[in-house]
Amino acid sequence: MAINIKFSEKTFQNKRREPSEYAEIALELRRDVIKSLYLAKSGHSGGSLGTADIFSVLYFGGIMRYRPEEPYWKERDRFVLSAGHLAPILYATLARAGYLEPSELSTLRKYNSRLQGHPGIDHHLPGLETSSGSLGQGISIAVGMAMSDKYLDKTDRRVFCLTGDGELQEGICWEAAMCAGHYKLDNLCWIVDSNDCQIDGRVRDVMSIYPLADKFRAFNFEVVEIDGHNYEEIQSAFDKFIDYHTHNNGKPFVIIANTFMGKGVSFMHDSYKWHGNPPNEEQAIKALEELGEIVELL
Amino acid sequence: MKKYEIKGNKPTRHGFGEGLAELGERYDNVVVLGTDVTGSVLTSFFKEKFPDRFFSIGIAEQNATTIAAGLALSGKIPFFASYSAFTAFRNSDMLRISVAYNNANVKIGGGHSGITVGPDGATHQALEEISFMRTLPNMTVVVPADYEEAKKATIAIGEMVGPAFIRFGRSPVPMFTEKGSHFELGKANVLTEGNDVAIIACGIMVWQSILAAEELYKHKGIKARVINCHTIKPIDVHTIVDAANECGAIVTAEEHQVYGGLGGAVAEVTAKNCPVPIEFVGVRDTFGGSGEPDELMEKFGLTWREIYASALLAIERRDTNSKSYFNIKDVAHYNV
Ligand SMILES: Cc1ncc(C[n+]2csc(CCOP(=O)(O)OP(=O)(O)O)c2C)c(N)n1
Repeated sequence: MAINIKFSEKTFQNKRREPSEYAEIALELRRDVIKSLYLAKSGHSGGSLGTADIFSVLYFGGIMRYRPEEPYWKERDRFVLSAGHLAPILYATLARAGYLEPSELSTLRKYNSRLQGHPGIDHHLPGLETSSGSLGQGISIAVGMAMSDKYLDKTDRRVFCLTGDGELQEGICWEAAMCAGHYKLDNLCWIVDSNDCQIDGRVRDVMSIYPLADKFRAFNFEVVEIDGHNYEEIQSAFDKFIDYHTHNNGKPFVIIANTFMGKGVSFMHDSYKWHGNPPNEEQAIKALEELGEIVELL
Repeated sequence: MKKYEIKGNKPTRHGFGEGLAELGERYDNVVVLGTDVTGSVLTSFFKEKFPDRFFSIGIAEQNATTIAAGLALSGKIPFFASYSAFTAFRNSDMLRISVAYNNANVKIGGGHSGITVGPDGATHQALEEISFMRTLPNMTVVVPADYEEAKKATIAIGEMVGPAFIRFGRSPVPMFTEKGSHFELGKANVLTEGNDVAIIACGIMVWQSILAAEELYKHKGIKARVINCHTIKPIDVHTIVDAANECGAIVTAEEHQVYGGLGGAVAEVTAKNCPVPIEFVGVRDTFGGSGEPDELMEKFGLTWREIYASALLAIERRDTNSKSYFNIKDVAHYNV
């Protein structure tokens, strides 16, 4: 048995939407994640699925300002994927935003692909702002970008950055947090994918990072805690950030998004075993079915 | 020429994991720190057997390094491992001061090393650790060639006193060393006899060197002396000097940058004692990329073919007494 994997050609506009409109986008992204990881035969399913709702709102809800046809537009907002292993969801998002052909998602993790296992700037993928994959470094890069925007270029550009929660065990995250608070980086929006999963188990068992919101507050952050699968909550959290930034409230912003690893695929749901595995053929068929697509058998 | 047979394929990380569990049996002051990749670098074997001597530190390689130093300064023999990219570089200051300068009895495992970690891509393909690690005073550096050797090497660094780094990989690689064969830190093993050219290799490139030697003999009648230089530091000066004097031409081969690793160590020894032409097989000053391990070995020039071509070039340089081949002939274009 073999299956015929096809990527639709659909792209989505970046515009203000009703919360109910995101479901369709998130489904497409989740299908892309499953397909590209199945074809790659390695890679990280769990977190890529778990953050699909956040990506849907961030890139397709008129939150981030970008131009796929002009990727290096000087006034664009920037996104940094500090959790570099979640590359599949970023690549799917960039494809659906129009930075690349969705069919290119089939080259994930292959030799010479622009879609490296962890984001690699040396492969010139439009829409990608930095290499990442060594946990913790991305958020610190994002702080550097935000400092440049706020103090040197004096623009109103914004920097968005997504880290995992296990990732917060890296000391550099808290060095970056201290710096963001110290320099009042109200142009920085840090999103934590809080799924209580990492490779070896539950974050609370491997090395507890809790209480989390209080830690950020202690570093002078504006903290919002949301259900990371509720479009209304995601949207209003981003709205709040933009409002605070527009009014120069002088505080960096963090969204603690409570999510489930593997969200959308029943057998991956909330299971840390799916942190770093791709679906096999049978699993891909089942996952895609749950995500609303019946795959063609060859 | 002595024949070597493949007795199956297994990743060197299995040797590390099993060796570590065995050390746990032998010594009750061996302790292990986990950095959220225990199932990848197989510190999990130890964890299952000795949960009381295993501590989860989280994704915090810098902290794990200095905690290990603290444990060592309290009379324990701490091991910790992660991917080589994060146990040699993320924590390099900690390694230098807290471990090496303190001469703390810390053992560091660098797993998923080299290009053969495959699809994860350049961020995860450490190709520079041999170079960095061997410049640290007090540090022992070992790069085993296969599963059995990885197991012996792990036990050996556990039984010596002082900081040590062991480098191993994720993908299955040929098993060809014997369970009962002699392994001694700092003493390279001569695998094939020959005086025409010496091939000095470490890690998974040792097997490729054996293949190259077979081809050199078959096609050119050239007898190559293959040396498994598993310990990069302290380097086995005697075996290298003998090879230089008796063969007059050397090829080094490693799954690592051509700068500063095994090749650099061999060149330091020969430059001082007995200068001979050397050709270096390794990654040529570039980052890796995603792909399957075999495919990447081809693309980045890490197969017996490059060793074969380099051997012919080194011999030619010796025989024509040429001092200026560098930049004139590129090994990559040399006709095999
Ligand atoms: C510095 C560093 N150490 C270790 C790793 C290996 N690694 C990749 S992902 C991961 C777990 C990340 O956990 P979390 O941030 O919670 O992400 P999630 O499991 O939710 O995807 C680890 C340890 C790495 N990429 N970088």
